Amino acid sequence: MYQERLKIDWITVALYAVIMLFGWMNIYSACYDEAHAAVFDFSRFHGKQLVWMGAAVLTAAFILLTEPRVFSNTAYAIYGGVLVLLLLTLFLAVTVNGGKSWIELGGFRLQPSEFAKFATALALAKYLSAIDMDMRDLRTKLSCLAIIAVPAALVFLQHDTGTALVFLSFIFPLFREGLSGAFLVVGLAAIALFVLALLVNKYILLGALLLLALFYLFGWLNKRSSRDYWRAAGILLLCAAFVFSVDFVFNHVLESHQRERIEVLLGQSDDLQGSGYNVHQSKIAIGSGGFFGKGFLRGTVTKANFVPEKHTDFIFCTVGEEWGFLGCTILLILYGWLLQRLVTMAERQRSPFARVYGYCVASILFMHLFVNVGMVIGLVPVIGIPLPFFSYGGSSLIAFTILLFIFIRQDASKNQLL
Amino acid sequence: MSNKYADRSHVVRIIFIVIAVLFVGRLAVLQLFNPKYKELAEMQSLRNVTQYPARGFIYDRHGELLVHNEAVYDLMVIPRMLKNLDTAYFCRTLGITREDFDERMKKARKYSPYTASIFMKQISKEEYAKFENKMFRFKGFYISQRTLRIYDRPIAAQVLGYVGEVDQADLDRDPYYKRGDYIGKSGLEKSYEEVIRGIKGKKVMHVDAYNREIGPYQGGAFDTLPIEGANLYTTLDANLQQYAEELMANKRGCVVAIEPSTGEVLAMVSAPTYDPNLLVGRIRGQNYTELNKDLAKPMLNRALMGQYPPGSIFKIAQSVVALDLGVISPNTGFACDKSLVGCHGHPSATCVREAIKMSCNPYYYHVYRRVIQQGKYRSPQKDSQYGLTVWRDYMLRMGFGQKLPIDLPRAGMSKGNIPDTAFYNKWYGRERWSFSTIYSNSIGQGEVTVVPLQMANLAATVANRGYYITPHMVRFYGPDSTRNEEYYTRHETGIDRRYFDIAADGMYDVVHVAGGTGRRAKVDGLDVCGKTGTAENYGNDHSVFIAFAPKDNPKIALAVYVENAQGGGGTWAAPIAGLIIEKYINGEVARKEVEKQYREVNPCQKLPLTRRVKKKKR
Repeated sequence: MYQERLKIDWITVALYAVIMLFGWMNIYSACYDEAHAAVFDFSRFHGKQLVWMGAAVLTAAFILLTEPRVFSNTAYAIYGGVLVLLLLTLFLAVTVNGGKSWIELGGFRLQPSEFAKFATALALAKYLSAIDMDMRDLRTKLSCLAIIAVPAALVFLQHDTGTALVFLSFIFPLFREGLSGAFLVVGLAAIALFVLALLVNKYILLGALLLLALFYLFGWLNKRSSRDYWRAAGILLLCAAFVFSVDFVFNHVLESHQRERIEVLLGQSDDLQGSGYNVHQSKIAIGSGGFFGKGFLRGTVTKANFVPEKHTDFIFCTVGEEWGFLGCTILLILYGWLLQRLVTMAERQRSPFARVYGYCVASILFMHLFVNVGMVIGLVPVIGIPLPFFSYGGSSLIAFTILLFIFIRQDASKNQLL
Repeated sequence: MSNKYADRSHVVRIIFIVIAVLFVGRLAVLQLFNPKYKELAEMQSLRNVTQYPARGFIYDRHGELLVHNEAVYDLMVIPRMLKNLDTAYFCRTLGITREDFDERMKKARKYSPYTASIFMKQISKEEYAKFENKMFRFKGFYISQRTLRIYDRPIAAQVLGYVGEVDQADLDRDPYYKRGDYIGKSGLEKSYEEVIRGIKGKKVMHVDAYNREIGPYQGGAFDTLPIEGANLYTTLDANLQQYAEELMANKRGCVVAIEPSTGEVLAMVSAPTYDPNLLVGRIRGQNYTELNKDLAKPMLNRALMGQYPPGSIFKIAQSVVALDLGVISPNTGFACDKSLVGCHGHPSATCVREAIKMSCNPYYYHVYRRVIQQGKYRSPQKDSQYGLTVWRDYMLRMGFGQKLPIDLPRAGMSKGNIPDTAFYNKWYGRERWSFSTIYSNSIGQGEVTVVPLQMANLAATVANRGYYITPHMVRFYGPDSTRNEEYYTRHETGIDRRYFDIAADGMYDVVHVAGGTGRRAKVDGLDVCGKTGTAENYGNDHSVFIAFAPKDNPKIALAVYVENAQGGGGTWAAPIAGLIIEKYINGEVARKEVEKQYREVNPCQKLPLTRRVKKKKR
């Protein structure tokens, strides 16, 4: 029994609330219609979102009243349940926006992939919190990979590429737990090579890599061992293979709309009425905001339906247009603060479970931010995932709330554990 | 426990921060340093809809509507806004060919892909009704309402002028105009453009991605209402104008009729003329070219732009000037000495009145000699210089040798010529000329030319016995009945009223006394005063007549000029003037046969009168 008062981290809760309320204002504005201006008009997105926000608050309260041990004890069960749900989704899904990630439960539509994220986080935290766990073991690495990859693959099969990509974010908690930094570097290098392979002539690219290797081997004064030569040659060979496989992946693995979106991002396609339309319009909306923005309800581009998905994935456009550079920066600062706060909180956990879980939360939120905002401002190809706590949508809001509040709950009683 | 990796939290934090900074930087580029997006946003989500005011109507002096408007529709296009256009369907709906479509689109794109230009102009209400409900399918297109001029009576074409699209010069001159706007190109439409056009209004509409107007931008804060153009209430008498045009049909020349007491122009005819409805709407371009090619120059307003030798009507001016100078007395007589200058058979004139009646050329040779060589200097050359200067001064005061400030476009208007000393010095050399060189001026030949409006103004000046009011076309305009005071000022000639009485007596005799040259202008029951003129030139003589009536309290003064008529002023111009006076004062012409005769006859046989213009009606 816990007689001691819960030490809830109110800063995090406040950040959560502010972001969510600001998000609601922007949903209200994005879909503003004078005929339906009433705040409690439940036929409109802003009205529905109010209901979801109420549900999210109830969910948060419920989680805060739950014993923290429940989550670590039931982590695998939740994980298993979500996997079953994901499998079911593959067969029972209704098609929404070309994706097959929604199932209908008695009139409600549910997106199991949203819940797969926190379930995976729980399972990963549970697995890594076992005593004597060492990330350097191959076995551990493979197990972690399996925990992450299975739900990610199921989500991918639902044509929800965006959410599947979010599972990449689990590399951060793994890194924090001891995974070699080389994985991060290799990951980044692979992305860089992929982009360069699409932009630059492959032979020139390889030539440049060869020069880089030669410079590494002979350019420095210190002597290189023969192992270094072999290693350099091996890396070079891998790079070459990778570069030449890019074309294949690009043309045969990716779907045509994904190809186009990447081409648009890289400036190789300029189809402003076709695949480039969304980003072009969102850049116009944001760019037209200027420093102070046009003011609440005064956006012209978003409101006039030029921007698609203006209340969900492209909600950041409304912020950019109506609140300007100032509003965008403040919102990014709020999110940044939240992320830094989460890292701080994770580091002060005494239980590895809570720490890993905390990193998972921060990383998932970060990935969403990176992909969503990056897409809207034209730095990342168009991948449809919501802005956490901000975009319209019940499943994502409640899933993010669960994700966050489980951690807040863990943090609130960190001292009582053990 | 793996807290030995706690330092790695910094790596994670730094990655988060780097990405955040990257995003803020990108936002700064988009929002702070790139005005392109702001422009694009306005371009695509706001639409400036110009609200065209209706052009003012034009009325005649009795309130009869001469010019009014009809609504037409311009189909506008913003090329970059086109989306998923079913071109074949579009072309079918508008009744154009695919090539036509491509041509028009090319033009619109060339003008600007981002701003609206006219795709198809002046679509009638009926045509527009056929595709009005299909407009939503044509993204990037919208309709703009305009008005076209309608002329219920096809009269006074050159005076009313026409309206056309602005040209580059207009655009450069006045930022009010935008490409595709209409502007008065000639006549009253041009001279009163600034009051008759009204003021354009603007509506800033918020449009959505489907090109639908959502509503006024910011509640209409940037909108302005168009201000309707002012109506013009002209001095023209539509019935008289039409009658005079009918009389001048089949002829080349002009008629100007003025109300002497007010300077109001009652009729201004330039023949041949054209139906003003021909220069309206989509058919304007083609008809304009046809009219422009016409050798008889129907678009030229001869009453203002023509300058002719006045012929014998100039003797009226010579008479009053000489009398006022005192170089002759009313009873001065000169023998009709045909050795000086040719004349027709008549007894010698014993007084000014008789000289006018008989239009004696040698008489005016003497009169002009006395005016030019007044004996102030011994040298005839110097004396002539002095005389010419004095004489010219009188002539200018009578409105000759200058553009009369009538309210019609001054561009293209003629001044006429009253030669000055500089003119002859240049021509003959300094002091190399004297009266004997320039005596042709005495009878309105030689270097003297006048504009028909000035001839009518001379008639009005005699009618007023010594002054004239600036001839003008508009009595007042707009809702406040604004009038231009300039058109109510009296221009004094400075010549004694008595001498004009003598001139008026002579002019009465011209029409009413045996031996008068203008007997055919006589109207029973009216004391018409007139003066004939036969102006020699390279072709057949021009036939001229100026007149006013009644003799006391004149109601109308006019000039009739028939180019290249076979026969003198008495033969052609005088009877036409008589008919016009009868029509104006009596309201009806009793002499139907005379009327019929002059209506139908074509006196001009030298040039083909007009090449048949293939006139396409709207």
